[in-house]
Amino acid sequence: MSAVEPGARRAVITGIGVMAPGGTDVKAFWQLLTAGRTATRDITLFDATGFRSRIAAECDFDPAAEGLSPQEIRRMDRAAQFAVVCARQAIRDSGLEPDPDRAGRTGVSIGSAVGCTMGLEQEYVVLSDGGRNWLVDSSYGVPHLYGYMVPSTLAVEVARDSGAEGPVSLTSTGCTSGLDAVGYAARLIEEGRTDVMIAGATDAPISPITVACFDAIKATSPNNADPAHASRPFDDTRDGFVLGEGAAVFVLEEREHAARRGAKVYAEVLGFAGRGNAYHMTGLKPDGREMAEAIRHAMRQAAIGPGDIDYINAHGSGTRQNDVHETAAFKAALGERAYQVPVSSIKSMVGHSLGAIGSIEIAASALAIEHDTVPPTANLHRRDPDCDLDYVPVEARAHRTDVVLTVGSGFGGFQTAMVLGAPGRDAC
Amino acid sequence: MLTTAGTAPERAVVTGLGIVAPNGLGSADYWAATLRGQSGIARLSRFDPSSYPTTLGGEIAGFTTRGTVPGRIVPQTDRWTHFGLYATELALTDAGVDPADLDEYEMAVVTASSSGGTEFGQREIQALWSHGPDHVGAYQSIAWFYAATTGQISIRHGMRGPCGVLAAEQAGGLDALAHARRLLGDGPRLVVSGGTDASLCPYGLVAQQAGGRLSPVTDPARAYLPFDRDATGYVPGEGGAIMIVEAHTTAAARGARIYGEVAGHAATFDPGPHSGRPPALRRAVELALRDAAIPAEAVDVVFADGAGVPELDRVEAEAIEAVFGPYGVPVTVPKTLTGRLYAGGGSLDAATALLCLRDGVIPPTAGVDRIAADYRLDLVTGAPRTAPVRTALVLARGYGGFNSALVLRAPGSTTD
Amino acid sequence: MAQLTMDDVRQILLASAGDDEDIDLHRAIDEVAFGDLGYDSLALLEVQSQLQRRYPVKLPDGWPAPDTTPVELLRHVNALLPVEVSGAATH
Repeated sequence: MSAVEPGARRAVITGIGVMAPGGTDVKAFWQLLTAGRTATRDITLFDATGFRSRIAAECDFDPAAEGLSPQEIRRMDRAAQFAVVCARQAIRDSGLEPDPDRAGRTGVSIGSAVGCTMGLEQEYVVLSDGGRNWLVDSSYGVPHLYGYMVPSTLAVEVARDSGAEGPVSLTSTGCTSGLDAVGYAARLIEEGRTDVMIAGATDAPISPITVACFDAIKATSPNNADPAHASRPFDDTRDGFVLGEGAAVFVLEEREHAARRGAKVYAEVLGFAGRGNAYHMTGLKPDGREMAEAIRHAMRQAAIGPGDIDYINAHGSGTRQNDVHETAAFKAALGERAYQVPVSSIKSMVGHSLGAIGSIEIAASALAIEHDTVPPTANLHRRDPDCDLDYVPVEARAHRTDVVLTVGSGFGGFQTAMVLGAPGRDAC
Repeated sequence: MLTTAGTAPERAVVTGLGIVAPNGLGSADYWAATLRGQSGIARLSRFDPSSYPTTLGGEIAGFTTRGTVPGRIVPQTDRWTHFGLYATELALTDAGVDPADLDEYEMAVVTASSSGGTEFGQREIQALWSHGPDHVGAYQSIAWFYAATTGQISIRHGMRGPCGVLAAEQAGGLDALAHARRLLGDGPRLVVSGGTDASLCPYGLVAQQAGGRLSPVTDPARAYLPFDRDATGYVPGEGGAIMIVEAHTTAAARGARIYGEVAGHAATFDPGPHSGRPPALRRAVELALRDAAIPAEAVDVVFADGAGVPELDRVEAEAIEAVFGPYGVPVTVPKTLTGRLYAGGGSLDAATALLCLRDGVIPPTAGVDRIAADYRLDLVTGAPRTAPVRTALVLARGYGGFNSALVLRAPGSTTD
Repeated sequence: MAQLTMDDVRQILLASAGDDEDIDLHRAIDEVAFGDLGYDSLALLEVQSQLQRRYPVKLPDGWPAPDTTPVELLRHVNALLPVEVSGAATH
């Protein structure tokens, strides 16, 4: 396979913003991960009496303390608030100065699985008068109700706040949205359409309708007696995922553009590929075939072999089927190397925030590269014979990390793989 | 590089159309209806709209899932996905493609979504709040979310290439087609693309009304008049179009009928209302032309976004005039017969543009007879206009500031 | 309350899993396992959900299963329904 052509454009990460359960900025987030602490707890965002799963990973989010104005707080759904706060964090972190002349070369690519669900549901309760009326009362419609109905609003808010005037869009591919939105952004940079992309993902799904819909298919853990230990990816006693919320947004920049201004680079986007399993909207086959294909293709683009991968950030949702599916995919794509490289799931600590988690996991991967440390899989104590790789149980590990493979899998059959590399890794 | 180094960029051509529109099911019915000015806009009938300020919509009144959607899929999908599945089947048949004959990884699906499974979601939220969490069914987790249509199409037809979903309200459909072109450069040889929409349920309608742009006029012939002095907003509609986008080399090798090439695209975003900066639609047009490597003079027709809201019409009229000169290019808005279809709108316009290129006939803008005085637009009104059209520009603008511009060229327009 | 009939079951199956053009629900499907009728995991969860919504029964996780048949479903649900008592018994 040929290596990257000299002079080819490449996207690099120069700024990170994170809003995660247990960590409302990058520093706190990384501290949580390296301590192996979990942020899963009883649901407090609404009264979950009567629901099957009454636990979640919630963000201790204070919008006013995070700098949002009263009108922004009123207008924006929680997911939009997360995204804007993270975008501001990322832009500050990157050191990019606002430059109106550059607005046309700056775009936005945000991912989200369920958009403005909380706003939509809360407004529905009023308009339908507690679910009584199918013919909802339009006189109770708040002006920003339409903004809740269309998830593209999440991208609008970030674009307006950051002054971006280039290509702006919302990617919504279920639980791979967070990877796919960043991959899409990287492509736009490589094509030469933009030099900077504000890219990431957000979801705030801890709301009755979403909790109920996962209850209905028994996908979430019903381990209400022990919320802190309920998210158990790869463990033999795992019983479903723990719903989470949050966001991560990056400043993605063309490599030379970043170099010219002396920007700090966390990681380079070396490869990105998606496949569909075309099998079932929620079910996964145990062979992980299509995820393996996505991994192989991402590695080809990155011009790397299995031996180059230092860490795998797994999807690791903690459902019985996923963790087997994914383990098989790693083995199929990496062969024997799958047994040697550390693999971990941070969903064990921050839960599964649907579309957002893919970006939050990219942040964890970039920080793993920066700190040469791999986060652990918390709550991993009982070995499942079908999950027999090194999942870094319980404790973070110092580990030279130059290349990370991060993957995601989602409803609708989406399978995505991304390869990130330390800056200057392939410099001659 | 996020494409395998050494692969040459592929030209993207459209080989099949599947249209589900308020004024016609299937492209033949739709095109014939559009040329004779038959409207699909009428008083809403799926529910009683009399308590709402807007009572009109472009409904696909006669649509049934019997014979159009596999029975097993019906309960687990929203109407929006029913439209998407049926339009995909029409498009594949039109293209003469049987997915079973193709390599699974060489087929992909990218659709636009605007509000997802709106009616399905309203039903489930209603059940939850009126009867309790136990009344939310097993399908809510897969029917409402924005990726449902792409997922179901991919499963039904065994398409395992890179699949995607883009949301930019009315602009998403053009972005999806542009992304299909992008994907053809790195593995897939065929992409099912476009979008559909079905948000004409009470909650959907009321949410749209909150956006402040729906027309309150009750006369279907007078409610949606883009660029007209009497413009009062738009009428929403349901439906859309799915098209089969193939690598040119593949299409040519199998002797496919080619409607046209996706020759160029650009997307921009309008600065916020208090920024003091100019809107970005004009730049989207210019960048799309540059992407297609053609001058403005090469464009034979513009399918305008046609918001029907005076301030928005003005921005669009000025952008078109700035690029093409006063009365410099025929402009038309056939969505006046269907309403604005959100995730289905961009691709229906693109499909209409391809039919226009095929037949050399520009469909008119219905109902508009008094263009606002200072718009120097050659708006096609009244009857269809015969013209030698080889290149069409399609514009779409999404709520919040999205601008998307797509250039479509008839086969043989560009040198091979 | 009244016991379920096979027609009630068919109605629930139709609402849960739709109308498969290749399977005639009015034929004798009573003894055919749901898995063989093409019901996937989601359809079975939906059947369970519909039953629990319409009737005062609590069904175990994973039931109906792929190897359950419609007649077994009918029998099991009817066994769980509160028995009808005639007359005005008060204690």
